[in-house]
Amino acid sequence: MISNLSRRSLLRTALRGAGVTVALPFLDCFLNDNGTALAGGAALPVRFGTWFWGCGMTAARWIPKTVGPGYEVTPELKPMAAYRDQVSLLTNFDVILDGAPNMAHISGPIGFRTGALPGGGADLPSFDVLIADVIGVNSRFRSLEVACTGDPKHSYSQRSAAVSNASETSPVALYTRIFGPEFQDPNAGDFKPDPKVMLRKSVMSEVRNERDALMKRVGAADRVRLDEYFTSLRQLEQQLELQLQKPPPAVACAVPSKPKDMEVGSEIEQVVATHTLMTQLVAMALACNQTRAFNVVFSNSSSVLRKNGTNTTHHQLTHEEPVDEKLGYQLEATYFLDRSMAAWGAFLETLAAVREGDGTLLDNSMVLAHSCTSYAKTHAIEGLPAMIAGKAGGRLRPGCHVDGNGTPASRIGFTAMQLMGVPADRWGQKSMTVTKPVNEIVV
Amino acid sequence: MTRGVGRRFAFALVAAGMLALAGCWQDDAPPTKGGPVVMRRLSEEQYRQSIADIFGSDIKVAGRFEPDVRKNGLLAVGASAVTVTPSGFEQSDGRAIAIAAQVVDKDHRDTRAPCRPASVTAADDACAAQFLRHYGRLLFRHPMGEARLRQRVGDANRATAVTGDFYSGLAYALAPMLYSPEFLFRMETSEPDPEHPGVARLDGFSKASRLSFLLWNTTPDDALLTAAEQGDLDTRKGISRQVDRMLASPRLESGVRAFLTDFLGFDEFDTLAKDPVLYPAFNQRVAGDAREQVLRTAIDQLVTRDGDYRDLFATRRTFLTRSLGPVYNVPVRAETGWEPHAFPADDPRAGLLTEVGFTALHAHPGRSSPTLRGKAIRELILCEPVPAPPANVNFALVQDTTNPRFRTARDRLTAHRAEPTCAGCHKIMDPVGLALENFDALGAYRVTENGAPIDASGDLDGMKFTDPAGLGKAMHDNPATVSCLVGSLYRYATGRAIDKAEQPWQRWLEQRFAADGYRVPTLLRRIATSDAFFAVAPETQPLPAKEAMK
Repeated sequence: MISNLSRRSLLRTALRGAGVTVALPFLDCFLNDNGTALAGGAALPVRFGTWFWGCGMTAARWIPKTVGPGYEVTPELKPMAAYRDQVSLLTNFDVILDGAPNMAHISGPIGFRTGALPGGGADLPSFDVLIADVIGVNSRFRSLEVACTGDPKHSYSQRSAAVSNASETSPVALYTRIFGPEFQDPNAGDFKPDPKVMLRKSVMSEVRNERDALMKRVGAADRVRLDEYFTSLRQLEQQLELQLQKPPPAVACAVPSKPKDMEVGSEIEQVVATHTLMTQLVAMALACNQTRAFNVVFSNSSSVLRKNGTNTTHHQLTHEEPVDEKLGYQLEATYFLDRSMAAWGAFLETLAAVREGDGTLLDNSMVLAHSCTSYAKTHAIEGLPAMIAGKAGGRLRPGCHVDGNGTPASRIGFTAMQLMGVPADRWGQKSMTVTKPVNEIVV
Repeated sequence: MTRGVGRRFAFALVAAGMLALAGCWQDDAPPTKGGPVVMRRLSEEQYRQSIADIFGSDIKVAGRFEPDVRKNGLLAVGASAVTVTPSGFEQSDGRAIAIAAQVVDKDHRDTRAPCRPASVTAADDACAAQFLRHYGRLLFRHPMGEARLRQRVGDANRATAVTGDFYSGLAYALAPMLYSPEFLFRMETSEPDPEHPGVARLDGFSKASRLSFLLWNTTPDDALLTAAEQGDLDTRKGISRQVDRMLASPRLESGVRAFLTDFLGFDEFDTLAKDPVLYPAFNQRVAGDAREQVLRTAIDQLVTRDGDYRDLFATRRTFLTRSLGPVYNVPVRAETGWEPHAFPADDPRAGLLTEVGFTALHAHPGRSSPTLRGKAIRELILCEPVPAPPANVNFALVQDTTNPRFRTARDRLTAHRAEPTCAGCHKIMDPVGLALENFDALGAYRVTENGAPIDASGDLDGMKFTDPAGLGKAMHDNPATVSCLVGSLYRYATGRAIDKAEQPWQRWLEQRFAADGYRVPTLLRRIATSDAFFAVAPETQPLPAKEAMK
């Protein structure tokens, strides 16, 4: 009986009971002296994720006047002020149309994520997918996608235009997926490969073995789609393979309790509540080494956010609400921006609260937040707002304001790809082809 | 190189051959060259219905399905473009394991397995083979080859050796069949047409699937697979026999429902929300009933009564539930279930467009939207795409919904249309959308907005009307209403866009539809028994199943 309970889990249980979250001294023996690597020399994993909010910002109220560190906390940044020194602001980077029509709320996010405009014939993966392909291969999930608005179609992560990675919308479903019966506590004392997993893996190979014969049966276009199916199958096979090996210890992993079933939807309080639960689950999925990549959608492009008792959504407000003559901005639309920035702050708070060695989960992550437009009222995609949080295990210089001077926004995704080890020396199409990362934030 | 040229030459010959000979079956149908074989991902409904038909409706199907994609106006066309993503595969795997476990559990095994093992704790080659052969044929919609069957029996035996349980061994072998591409996708294969050398057609099993998913929205039943096995579907007579059997079945309703659900964009109901403060009468039950009301009204008109499709836009007949009563301001006697209802002749409600399932679906959470409604009518029901709005829209004139000068949506949109960049598209959408302004965001009737009377007059492509019922009449008489239905149904049936070369055939189908009294089951029969439906365009012929899947 006792053999099933490690000293660690006893300690954790005791601490959880007391409501305390501190790094356990016991755990630090896994770490080297500066807390950035495991004692064996392997570095703590560096995670990558995106955080998306819809309908941009108001430049005059969001962009600080000075560049560099210690930037001014502008009115629209106030809700995340506590994290200023952990967040770099990337302003004045453009999604460039090259004469193509601006497809409202689509050209921005797709151009930003893929380095190419939609509808131009380029059918490219988003940078988060390319990054997950590199950093996600040794974790149970290549990446996790969540949306807080109740709609699985709210996702900007795509393998190709037709293969969008649908978002998980229910916290309970996400919990079950990560921490359900198939979860193996990386810190559990004993480990025995599950014969059921072995059997599942064995019968799955039966389908994989039919790949070549099936590929011959279909035309060229369908072959690509079938190949994507087999890539997905292969990924699950790898997940099963991982479950047959003893997982490496995860110093900060504390399995969360199952969230209560809740109704999800686009009403702002609902969205924020969903976001809180989703954030906790994502943070623990990262800390427990279940994934190293994630995509969080707080609100969708052309934001469906709404407040009970009003007849207009955030998106409608950005177009229809008059600019207050005295204040110089749209009061009601800005309410939703404030809530979005507050949620972004809360997201960072959750990651920063997880201790790993002498740093935090946020220190070992790179989280790229961005929107679909700059000024939503005009669907402007010049100066698409972006923020990068975390230190990426020491690779990133946080807390800087960088003015892109109208250079392509694809530089931001390119920077993320380079930092995360994607072998690329250029990225993007047409005027958004880039070869230079945003060096100001790179250590 | 030489081979490539030779093939292209052969294709040219084949194309010429097709033109010469297709179309002699249905009296005067113009020839078509057909289209490519398509690989469609099963929709959630098709997956669920297939499982219910194959294993029984008491087998639970759990978990999240990947969202469908709308292409050329239809999810059925998008199904030919989507694939299975990593998280989608993960869901498929979990679902497959759960279904397989139910099929062999103690409650189901005796009625679902076609045989009993000699011992429940040991492998039984013969029984496992019988079980897997039976379900393989139904799941893959064609018989499973003997070599592949042996491999799966081997899987079952190996698993039984580990678990010490015959039935759990079966479940391990069954689960991969439930996430196999042959089940998750409808993989079609072509074969040379023996009647016309050099021309290709779908093979019998692919024909069986096309017929079954079109007419019943589910996997082919045993009779249809048997017809394919016996070569009955290689003959027009054999196809006609099956089509008539399927059209006569009550399951035709599922097929027509599935088409209407896709055609009317009812997937949007999944995320429909109304502001609970402004519209306290709205809840998920009302939403569900509103969706069902439209489908019920349509099935009654199109299938039960075998009536004129165009009358759907003018009919006064519908069905109501208790929860819909308050929205329609009609007392509903039935405490549960549906009650037929006829709106009186002077009632503003007439036809599908005045039902809550249309007006509430195409509106904002907090207010009505003539633009969204106009766009839905144009794009969904008339197949006329509306261009996307320009990115930099000037809302200066209409931004203030409390402006005493612009109290109604018509006032605001009229002002908006003064902007030249907006006028082009709004001229297409607004006159039809404004005709439904008597219905608020929930679809409840109203005569004023912000205290000003609502003017519901307008015109549709030159036909003037003064109220919602008039819009219904104009829709009834509009030729685009008919051509859109015919084109959509054909795209739905084939899972692809209509080729330019197929347009004469489509025109012919429209003329037949008119001559047949605009009856949808007859239109389905014309499509399902046509050569065009099964013709395979020569430039896209993958290897036939028999050669590729030995």
